[in-house]
Amino acid sequence: MKLTGKARRLPQNDNINTDYIISGRYKFKIQDPAELAKHVMEDIDPNFYSRLQKGDFIVAGKNFGCGSSREQAPQAIKYAGISAVIAKSFARIFYRNCYNLGLPAIEAETDGIDEGDELELDLDHGIIKNKTKNREMKISPLSPTMQVLLKDGGLVEHFKKHGGFKL
Amino acid sequence: MGKTIAEKILSVHSGQDAKAGDIVIADLDFMIGQDGTSGVAIDSFRKMNAKKVFDPKKIAIIIDHSSPSPNEGVSAIHKKIREFAKEQAITLYDIGCGVCHQLTPEQGHVVPGDLVIGADSHTCTYGAINVFSTGIGSTDLAAGMISGKLWFKVPETMKVVYKGKMPKGLYSKDLILNLIGKIGSDGATYMALEFYGETIENLSIDARFTISNMAIECGAKVGLMLADKKVLDWVKIHSKRKPNPVEPDKDAVYSKTIEIDVSMLEPLIAKPHTVDNVCPVSEVIGTPIQQGYIGTCTNGRVEDLRIAASILKGKQVNPETRLIVAPASKQILMEAMKEGIVQTLLEAGAVFVTPGCGPCVGTHNGVPSDGENVISTANRNFKGRMGNPNAFIYLASPATVAASMIEGKIADPRKYL
Repeated sequence: MKLTGKARRLPQNDNINTDYIISGRYKFKIQDPAELAKHVMEDIDPNFYSRLQKGDFIVAGKNFGCGSSREQAPQAIKYAGISAVIAKSFARIFYRNCYNLGLPAIEAETDGIDEGDELELDLDHGIIKNKTKNREMKISPLSPTMQVLLKDGGLVEHFKKHGGFKL
Repeated sequence: MGKTIAEKILSVHSGQDAKAGDIVIADLDFMIGQDGTSGVAIDSFRKMNAKKVFDPKKIAIIIDHSSPSPNEGVSAIHKKIREFAKEQAITLYDIGCGVCHQLTPEQGHVVPGDLVIGADSHTCTYGAINVFSTGIGSTDLAAGMISGKLWFKVPETMKVVYKGKMPKGLYSKDLILNLIGKIGSDGATYMALEFYGETIENLSIDARFTISNMAIECGAKVGLMLADKKVLDWVKIHSKRKPNPVEPDKDAVYSKTIEIDVSMLEPLIAKPHTVDNVCPVSEVIGTPIQQGYIGTCTNGRVEDLRIAASILKGKQVNPETRLIVAPASKQILMEAMKEGIVQTLLEAGAVFVTPGCGPCVGTHNGVPSDGENVISTANRNFKGRMGNPNAFIYLASPATVAASMIEGKIADPRKYL
């Protein structure tokens, strides 16, 4: 699988928590994921949603998605048209939730990636190509469990296909 | 090679020889959802074409985060949850029963040795009574409700040993803030924590829950403690189920061991906007406070309310500030009434809200205004957490919050003990 898009950076690099991704004041009352997506990252970057283009990547530092278990966080990211989140490391529950929704959460060194860089994420070869900077980076290999979930398109599709866990 | 508590519980529940790093599919003893996450879980359950949950006795949904409903959007989610619970004959704790992480152990649903999931990150709370319990997302909960199972990566374990006698004014909240400040908000990501030491042994079960509750704030999957006599006595009062206490092997392998001498510690504060931004209370003393909050799954138990009442007895909440109290359950509220704690706090000027999460999650019950400082017994102080990204949240023990209420600014609780 190859994904292409622009890198989107945030005002804060590390420890982007799920309250920042989608605030509690929205996730409790809005059930439509497309509506929730309009408020993604609003508390730390009010113009974030308006500058997104379909297929963009969120690029961040360490411990992305720390905090609450809210699945509305990766859901809002996915419905905002983001094709993958690339970070130095992820918090555990957020990481699970991404794969359960079929959204790649990719661990890689992200320091050399700037806002607007054109990226190509090649999941089969485990490489990110930074076309703007003409550079290539390796990503941390995905566990077989994550590969199955991604291939099936998330846990809902996995259960529909297999009638239970087949990891 | 010996096993940690996490490896043992996951081995028993998966039927495999589970070692750190393995992925296992394990049988679940109990699972919970709350009103912020169960709506999505129900959607996933339907999308998976499921008709029936695997065992209605092993599932509970708790309406606690935004309860009673403050608007029609939340009301729609609550309605969906009530209908689902009725349809599937699962336990529903409706408005006013309390916070999920108080009710699940208090109502006897979990016992030592259990494997439990919850669609709420603070599900790690029950580690204090020797339960491997961890937070997961809504679709994971849906998969659990359908199959009774979930996949787990077996975590490595970090051992944390608290030594020494607790000085006056120090509480279990200060102990866990000390650890989080030391190792950082991702210091234990994907790891289990095991807590030991004479300091822990001397703590009540209420106080131990505070520590395990905040394991997630350094990224941990669970914060486990041993099932000693105190735990077993507590469980016997609350549950009819038989406990299966789990101890680690003597030669269990730990990724790291941290020792903390508590005898020289002073009360701590987590400053805005991260939980690992920890400092001694003396560093921020005198910071003006417009709102105090005592409650939540971290510090809303009887012991916490008792500590606050002992400091506020015969005193008044400073007119420059306001104090909101949310007992963590209806049972706690009733106990606090019996003991006169409610009367004391009301006389001091506190405002009580419905047992539940209160203003912690920013949906109701006390959203701060722009530029306001809040001191809270909760577990998170992220920007916007209490509903306003322009407010500032300081985290502390119930004693520090109560002392700060008297002065209308951050105060050292030792003055009032």
